[in-house]
Amino acid sequence: MASVNRQVLPGFSLSLGYTIFYLSLLVLLPIAACFLKAATLSRSNFVSAVWTERARAAYALTFGAAFAAAAINLVLGLLLAWVLVRYEFPGRGLANALVDLPLALPTAVGGLVYASLYVPKGWLGQYLVPLGFHGAYSKTAIVLVLVFVGLPFVVRTVQPVLEDLEAETEEAAASLGSSRWQAFRLVLLPHLYPAMITGFALAFARGIGEYGSVVFVSGNMPYKTEIAPILIVARLEEFAYSEATAIAVVLLVISFSTLVLVNLLERWSLRHEH
Amino acid sequence: MSTDVLPPPPTTALSAAPGSAVRRVRQDPAWVRRTLIGLAGLVLGLLVVVPVAHVFYVALQDGLGGYWKHLTADPDTRHSILLTLTVVPIALGANIAFGLAAAWAIARFRFPGRAILTAFIDLPFSVSPVVAGLMFVLIFGLQGYLGPFLRRDGYALMPYAIAALALFVATIVYLLLRPASPRFRTGLWRYPGLTFVVGGAALFFGLVWLQQALEIWPRGQSLKIIFALPGLVLATAFVTFPFVARELIPVMEAIGPDEELAAISLGASGWQMFRQVTLPNIKWGLAYGIILCNARAMGEFGAVYVVSGHIAGQTDTMPLRIEKLFQEYNLPGSFAVASVLTLLAIFTLIAKTKLERQLPVAGRTGEGDGSTNQRS
Repeated sequence: MASVNRQVLPGFSLSLGYTIFYLSLLVLLPIAACFLKAATLSRSNFVSAVWTERARAAYALTFGAAFAAAAINLVLGLLLAWVLVRYEFPGRGLANALVDLPLALPTAVGGLVYASLYVPKGWLGQYLVPLGFHGAYSKTAIVLVLVFVGLPFVVRTVQPVLEDLEAETEEAAASLGSSRWQAFRLVLLPHLYPAMITGFALAFARGIGEYGSVVFVSGNMPYKTEIAPILIVARLEEFAYSEATAIAVVLLVISFSTLVLVNLLERWSLRHEH
Repeated sequence: MSTDVLPPPPTTALSAAPGSAVRRVRQDPAWVRRTLIGLAGLVLGLLVVVPVAHVFYVALQDGLGGYWKHLTADPDTRHSILLTLTVVPIALGANIAFGLAAAWAIARFRFPGRAILTAFIDLPFSVSPVVAGLMFVLIFGLQGYLGPFLRRDGYALMPYAIAALALFVATIVYLLLRPASPRFRTGLWRYPGLTFVVGGAALFFGLVWLQQALEIWPRGQSLKIIFALPGLVLATAFVTFPFVARELIPVMEAIGPDEELAAISLGASGWQMFRQVTLPNIKWGLAYGIILCNARAMGEFGAVYVVSGHIAGQTDTMPLRIEKLFQEYNLPGSFAVASVLTLLAIFTLIAKTKLERQLPVAGRTGEGDGSTNQRS
């Protein structure tokens, strides 16, 4: 079929050529420029740009917050996916649509709202701050806003798998005398692991790169609440382009590795299904 | 993808017998159900509903009149709305053209490197927006690779750029209008190489002559890309690059090439096939991709933040304006702009939910556009 198509259907070279041209110009060339610029740095310069105390604090916060948020999202996402797939209740369609709101809402709006909800006089802050929960201008605030931004990922990866699960496995478990909880933990959950890991990785990758919402809620204090993208912008504003590029390359390498990992995981889980 | 495409979950379909005992096995006890639904509601309420309600609450605090004043009285805010409405359509148009081309190449043909190309399309999703902005600063900024040249005599690029663009458009038009099957080609349609060489040369030298003799574009002036509109467009296009292509590829694959093959064998040109067969088939998928792409483009912050330079009234888009008003402690103004973008997000969600019902899910359902299917 494939070879027939190329002889009969028009536009193969045109569409492929345009795809590659536009991809190279808009995406590959800029990424290459970034690596090229970093390559002009000597090794000691690169290390001294990438491994300062301030940068280390920023990495630790970026990855720590993204990891914590993705872990929280794993639990919340599983809960939401389960409820949306398994239960009938009024407002289910609405709830299902609301899950996608963090993807549709501009991150700046999300950041703005979270920054004013959790301050001591805000809607939620007036109850939470006396309890010791500081949801604005703190590390907690960064995790909180990353949970918001990453909420759809785990739900949307787990949901289709949960829908496609066949009833027989559960019925078999029940007929063999397992409790509902045992059936969930031992029979259902293993089927969901690949999707959960994919969703976790997607939420984590999104959390690493997130800037728009964090810049509103974190307060951006060096060493304390400064994430890596904010550090890049700070370096740019000092016109220290090389240092900014070096940190950017570190972020790029890590997010590309996450992408490759997700792809490998998906392929692995596909192979295990068949 | 969504639960409301197929209302009854497979349980009911599979267990054909009334089978209440079988179904009860998969049903959790009522207290578990209620607790979990309550928890899910609490999560969605706290994380999503309360923030959205808060946006409108603060924005409308001074009443509708005050709200309107916050939106329209400040010339910088007005300009930011206008700028967003300029930048987004350009970036969107470029990405739609790319999405169509990429989906056609990837969904209709097999070629070496196809898997890698598909993976490359997703690359911008894994690049932090700030880093994306930085890349364009590194190329076009003052200290960047092209910066010094653009600053010295940037407009000297224009004859070349426009000639290339025009030749490119002419190529597309030529290939689209040419009858797909060699049997129907007559006259100039049979000599593509000659047409391009002669036409391209005439175009190029004509433009260069215009520049030499009439100086259409100013000489020795700097062409601003970073801290100006072109930079904003580039950054926005980069960040929203994958959306349309990603939605179109599975839709096109699900529909299959049969109708297009039939159209071509009946003597349609590429353009006729595209307009009368392909486009009606993929229109819902295309609309879906465009809506998602548009939402992201309107709301993009990080990449635009780096390339814009924050010149109020010149390079501030709406999200940047929100940040600036927030920094100036002008919360009502900031929330007024934010509420506009929130409305856009809500509209996006509604449209998305409606469109998901129209998309072909794994193989064609063909109910939505049955008439077009039969006619072609």
